[in-house]
Amino acid sequence: MTPVTQAPVPARVVLNQADIDRALTRIAHEILEANKGSQDLVLLGIPRRGYPLAVRLAQKIAAADSAVDASAIVGQLDVTMFRDDLSHHPTRPPHRTQLPLTGIDNKVVVLIDDVLYSGRTIRAALDALVDLGRPRIVRLAVLVDRGHRELPIRADHVGKNLPTSSSEKVRVRLEETDVIDGQPVNEVVIEAGA
Amino acid sequence: MAEQKSGNGTNGNGAYLIRGAAILGGDAADLLIRDGVIAARGANLSQTDTDAADGVTIIDADGLIALPGMVDVHTHLREPGREDAETVETGTRAAALGGFTAVHAMANSTPVADTAGVVEQVYSLGRAAGWVDVRPVGAVTVGLAGEQLAELGAMADSRARVRMFSDDGICVHDPVLMRRALEYVKAFDGVVAQHAQEPRLTAGAQMNEGEVSAVLGLTGWPAVAEESIIARDVLLAQHVGSRLHVCHVSTAGSVEIIRWAKGRGINVTAEVTPHHLLLTDELVRSYDPVYKVNPPLRTDADVRALREALADGTIDVVGTDHAPHPSEHKECEWAQAAMGMTGLETALSVVQHAMIETGLMTWADFARATSTAPAAIGRLADQGRPLEEGEPANLILVDPAARWTVDPSAMATMGRNSPFRGMELPGKVRATFFKGHPTVLDGSLNTPYRYPSDAAAAGTAAGTAATI
Amino acid sequence: MKHLLSTEDLSLTNAVRILDTAEEMSAVGDREVKKLPALRGRTVVNLFFEDSTRTRISFEAAAKRLSADVINFAAKGSSVSKGESLKDTAQTLSAMGADAVVIRHWASGAPHRLAATDWIDAAVVNAGDGTHEHPTQALLDAFTMRRHWTKLSGLPSAGADLKGMRVAIAGDVLHSRVARSNVWLLRTLGAEVTLVAPPTLLPIGVEKWPCKVSYNMDETLEHGVDAVMMLRVQGERMNASFFPSTREYSRRWGFDDTRLRALDSLGLKDTIIMHPGPMNRGLEISAAAADSPRSTVLAQVRNGVSIRMAALYLLLSGDTREPAATLKESK
Repeated sequence: MTPVTQAPVPARVVLNQADIDRALTRIAHEILEANKGSQDLVLLGIPRRGYPLAVRLAQKIAAADSAVDASAIVGQLDVTMFRDDLSHHPTRPPHRTQLPLTGIDNKVVVLIDDVLYSGRTIRAALDALVDLGRPRIVRLAVLVDRGHRELPIRADHVGKNLPTSSSEKVRVRLEETDVIDGQPVNEVVIEAGA
Repeated sequence: MAEQKSGNGTNGNGAYLIRGAAILGGDAADLLIRDGVIAARGANLSQTDTDAADGVTIIDADGLIALPGMVDVHTHLREPGREDAETVETGTRAAALGGFTAVHAMANSTPVADTAGVVEQVYSLGRAAGWVDVRPVGAVTVGLAGEQLAELGAMADSRARVRMFSDDGICVHDPVLMRRALEYVKAFDGVVAQHAQEPRLTAGAQMNEGEVSAVLGLTGWPAVAEESIIARDVLLAQHVGSRLHVCHVSTAGSVEIIRWAKGRGINVTAEVTPHHLLLTDELVRSYDPVYKVNPPLRTDADVRALREALADGTIDVVGTDHAPHPSEHKECEWAQAAMGMTGLETALSVVQHAMIETGLMTWADFARATSTAPAAIGRLADQGRPLEEGEPANLILVDPAARWTVDPSAMATMGRNSPFRGMELPGKVRATFFKGHPTVLDGSLNTPYRYPSDAAAAGTAAGTAATI
Repeated sequence: MKHLLSTEDLSLTNAVRILDTAEEMSAVGDREVKKLPALRGRTVVNLFFEDSTRTRISFEAAAKRLSADVINFAAKGSSVSKGESLKDTAQTLSAMGADAVVIRHWASGAPHRLAATDWIDAAVVNAGDGTHEHPTQALLDAFTMRRHWTKLSGLPSAGADLKGMRVAIAGDVLHSRVARSNVWLLRTLGAEVTLVAPPTLLPIGVEKWPCKVSYNMDETLEHGVDAVMMLRVQGERMNASFFPSTREYSRRWGFDDTRLRALDSLGLKDTIIMHPGPMNRGLEISAAAADSPRSTVLAQVRNGVSIRMAALYLLLSGDTREPAATLKESK
């Protein structure tokens, strides 16, 4: 749990807790539909918030398909080392990469992230995957797509399309990672830019 | 300092009237300098008192202090042999700017000053340069090897008239050799100046042995290596009835031994460097070789003990141990670097900062420690004299209120290895009079002194002093 | 972090960050593709003034696993024979475009001079300077200890320190940069350190260090230790009278078979035996101790590559003009 101290900034809530839950439920069913079932599915969340989303999705998939053990299909994929902008920012320590015990070779890997923006994070994730093994198929599921792609990357499953201006900031808060005033919170917020 | 030149200002012919200088920091008086001596001293001397045929240069010394010219018992002029580090010319210029009128040039040159020939060479170079009185120090042992006595008598009888003998840089560690040297120099009123450093206890030593060296991983130079030699030597001096001088005392323990020895009537004198009065081994944490020196910088407690000792006379004199090095010997790893710091041009300021501005000494004490006492040790009859009528005019004018920032690249010494670089220090030498001739005026080099016999030998050179 | 020169001034935050990053780096060694692209295009120069194949290879492997280019520069010259000056060597490397200089030097303080002067612009990593410091060695030792310590307590190692761990470091402390670096780092990480050595091999001033000092190895073991680190002792030291003979040294301060058995009889079943290498089997450590299951010597070597990867990554990957900030999000 990372407490996030908030200074008041003009913001509007675009997804509340119920909206997020409904979107994740729909995405879970879309994943099963696209794969025609749960065979060989692996959900890899991209830290930080992609991982709790992947855990929730795995639980919803297990709820829909009793053959699935939710904890056995979830993993975390850290992309820090593969970013193309490392030298433009202060050093970022890497997060843990943890694959499911069954690995990713020949699996259907669904990358999970909270916001899709320029696409560079996903490009880095694809490079990271290549060094770890050879999935049969790779798909992408995101909670929010805010546009402004800089690379030819698209998501297979989107919770909500949010047209934004580049000066705005999209903040995703999940109870697993965000606490405001002592309360865990689930919401997606757009903050006005500077 | 204002000057009104009313004469041609040539060597030895011109007269100088110093107005209103605080004599030894006390009451102000005028001093008339003519023909190499203080011709008159009094209040409100007028030009017409002078009887001078040529004009008189007036120097307004209001706010300045008049002191006897400083005498350094311990300098390295590096020539002959290490002219890449310093020459007699550049070293003595630095000395004059620093307020010195005499320096003792240590014998660890190449070749070593262990014969009449080499000491006379250094002596001649000093006279030719003309900035200060260069007194060569003779080596105690041949080649500084510590095995055989050098021809001390020949050096004493030479034109250089050596009276101080030292293997400085190296300790005369063999007790029998030290005894013999102490005895032998009695024949010509000489003194052995010991660099106290037990060699086996300091093999490979890089810095003071203590808490800092333990952390830095540098081999330590323990205080006991200095103290044990001093203890031995004062007892030897007592036994054979000789006088002994101890170079660059650096530890509180050494101070106690010297105090004890003097209390028993042993004829021992001691010197301390300006850097040991101010700097500690904490500076070595930067591994900057500008702080590498022998004996090494010690602890705060040692600095305090040395200051008290200089104030109460246990330590008799300040000696700079001016040790210039070419930059490649200091811009390297600590272990590779040469040991030594420059000091001629910063000595007065550092001593003023450490001793006078802290209230430990007065300017009168300063004169004793930097002029009178060192002249006595070196047996220099014309230095360290009172500023009175009839005395040789070896004196300086100092502005105690001046503040300046140490910049090694602006110094006259070739050495850039000053540990005080960047520090703001008090006190500036405004004028240096050497044998009645101003070698320094207005804080800058003027012209050197020309010895009459040499000037005559130079023929028509009279009237055209060497230019800087 | 601009340079890694010592552990004395390494903060707890940075120390733990290096250890945690090394955990991730070690995972790379288990993969099929043992490479990360993070330092692609960067040049790391190994500037070794002292022979050390092991450390040099470890740094080389670390740099290569991060896709950096490596140049090995075996500098000529020693305290006896002067080669090209440190200043000239450094400026030559800088002109060649070195981003990091990994320097091992026989003179204490040489890396500090490199970092303090304007001779080079690169990040400086101290791979061992004289008898002063060897920070990456201490870090890999701490990493090895931390993995063991957290495994015993069942806690994850990420973010953990060494609070409460009792470590004995035995041997020639006076001449050991490994001992110094370990004392500072273990203090920072909260471990309790006891130095064990003959009085002649302890520096004057050691009483001010943040550790206990003992002349008695057996007593130290009896008081309880979780890790025993044996330092290399040079047999030639007896010629300078640091100890009378290697036989007496081994008997009093060596980790021999008797002391190995003592660990069992004292009930110290989890105590590990460490050594930075290379070992003098039979002098400071018996063959049985070196080869026992308690020995972490090989793990230390493996961990060395991970630690050095972490160090190079943390020094070189970011914008080195700014201090390392907390993680920022940008998508």
